[in-house]
Amino acid sequence: MGSISVLLVAKVIPYLEQELNKRYNLLRIWDYPQKSQLLTQHSASIRAVVGNASAGADAEFIDALPKLEIVSSYSVGVDMIDLNKCKEKGIRVTNTPDVLTDDVADLAIGLILALLRRICESDRYVRNGNWKSGDYKLTTKFSGKTVGIIGLGRIGTAIAKRAEGFNCPISYFSRTQKQESKYKYYPSVVELASNSDILVVACPLTEETHHIINREVINALGPKGYLINIGRGKHVDEPELVSALLEGRLGGAGLDVFENEPHVPEELFGLENVVLLPHVGSGTVETRTAMADLVLGNLEAHFLGKPLLTPLV
Amino acid sequence: MANQKNNIIIEQSSEDNNLPKVFLHGPPKFSIVLQPKPSHNFHILNPSSHPPLHEFIALNPHHASSITAVVCTGGFPVNAEVLQLLPSLRLVCTPSAGTNHIDLFECLRRGIQVSSAGNLFSEDVADLAVALLIDVGRKISAADRFLRSQLQKPWDFPLGSKLTGKKIGIVGMGRIGLEVAKRLEAFSCMISYNSRNKKPLLSYPFFSSVLELATNTNVIILCCDLNDQTRHIVNKEVMLALGKGGIIVNVGRGALIDEKELLKCLIEGEIGGAGLDVFENEPHVPKEFFSLDNVVLSPHKGALTSESLIGISQLVEQNLKAFFSNKPLLTPVI
Repeated sequence: MGSISVLLVAKVIPYLEQELNKRYNLLRIWDYPQKSQLLTQHSASIRAVVGNASAGADAEFIDALPKLEIVSSYSVGVDMIDLNKCKEKGIRVTNTPDVLTDDVADLAIGLILALLRRICESDRYVRNGNWKSGDYKLTTKFSGKTVGIIGLGRIGTAIAKRAEGFNCPISYFSRTQKQESKYKYYPSVVELASNSDILVVACPLTEETHHIINREVINALGPKGYLINIGRGKHVDEPELVSALLEGRLGGAGLDVFENEPHVPEELFGLENVVLLPHVGSGTVETRTAMADLVLGNLEAHFLGKPLLTPLV
Repeated sequence: MANQKNNIIIEQSSEDNNLPKVFLHGPPKFSIVLQPKPSHNFHILNPSSHPPLHEFIALNPHHASSITAVVCTGGFPVNAEVLQLLPSLRLVCTPSAGTNHIDLFECLRRGIQVSSAGNLFSEDVADLAVALLIDVGRKISAADRFLRSQLQKPWDFPLGSKLTGKKIGIVGMGRIGLEVAKRLEAFSCMISYNSRNKKPLLSYPFFSSVLELATNTNVIILCCDLNDQTRHIVNKEVMLALGKGGIIVNVGRGALIDEKELLKCLIEGEIGGAGLDVFENEPHVPKEFFSLDNVVLSPHKGALTSESLIGISQLVEQNLKAFFSNKPLLTPVI
């Protein structure tokens, strides 16, 4: 197995990198200042690519790796992988569903609470010594607020379950109405936004959902509405979001993802009605380890000719 | 014309003079809790809640025996000395859930009724407890701080710890504790508790000491009253039992925790982290906390939401109206 070349295109936890290194001939994309050098030296031997939420394999890259058999993503979202190209070429694709559902849902609720109750801001208030001058201002209650979820898949459902613990009425938008769901369905995102206090993006990123949060949706959510994005940065028209926040047309935003990570629009840093996180949705020791085990398990199964654990393609 | 005007003013004040007198015992901003209204069956002596009680009585000694109700807040105690000063006092109204600023025993002895916020704030306080827990475990405030420092690119931020499924130990299973439990059950957490007495109708496992609770859980959430039995109920022994990955959340009162010991344990990594809405000597917070990333600091705002303010203003008013109509208090303490 040590002769199989696996290319790592993103930073992962040390455990995963070490295991990949033990089991395979591991190549790391950051060791090659130019992609062309990597391809010249190794394109004929790379049989597997390991990526994550921010880096995968586009059509051009796939075409440049003639021996590529499998792309194993250290993420559940695979928008950075050209799935059609993989299907076309018979390349397998795996991701890490289920193991990160709880962490992402926990973080979504954490973002809502941090935003509405100004947890980060009032922590700053105390650390700056301002409490001596007076109490922090009143904030907004979460319990009982209407939560609208875009995408009622594993993560959306887990968010709904947690929000119900806070007596929040739940409504949703998804491609098709879920007949067995007890939550209220809206046939459009604008209608969902108009009828929600808090709008949560929890769907996959596809051509259809690109900029699903646009000016119209933001205006419908309004100055007393809050946007939470734990999906992908490109779900949101980021310049529109920034201007809405600056102009007071949106009540606030909790963002774990951005259109062009690690870039965060500078205008957001001066706002007290936003919470900004560096894409930590699945960022716990427990979950990243479980995700790593899925990547390793899928690769092992593939190279042993066994059924893949969590195949998408 | 002038005489008519004067007569009107005199008439109004004599009307007021017949109404029972209420005193606002709190800081100047406290006046936001209760504003005069024509519909009131009581008269607020000091609608601006300034000057404070002792100064007010010194300036208006005749009012000492006219005050029949006091609306007071934490930091403005109604103790034996104050009760001695107000011989006609019949009702103490606090817009808080906590009553440790009121000498309940002395009130009981004098036949003075006491009303509180009842369960009005329970949801907001429970929400804050969960907010602090998720923040500490998932490093939300630390991560937001990290991004705003704009120093780190690419992002290399430490991993947090998973909340779903964790074992939660709640100290104090009153209304707030129950609301916290309900919320965390939706995260598939396993709830156990300690309180003065086991609650026969609750199915959560009960531990008869906080030490045992800490030994058997990953998280301790303090939702109990502060009294002689609960002072420093979280001490060094409890913190060591909770362990290096453990998290403490305090939405009760600062003195429930030995704050100096907590600081030591946080600095030395004997516990994982803490989310604190209350401190031993508010608004003073030891500055050694300020450089720690494993603590989230909150300026006693468990109940400070716009919704709760509207609610408590209504509740204080309703309790006073009921009392002065000889009806039962809505949220009696004793």
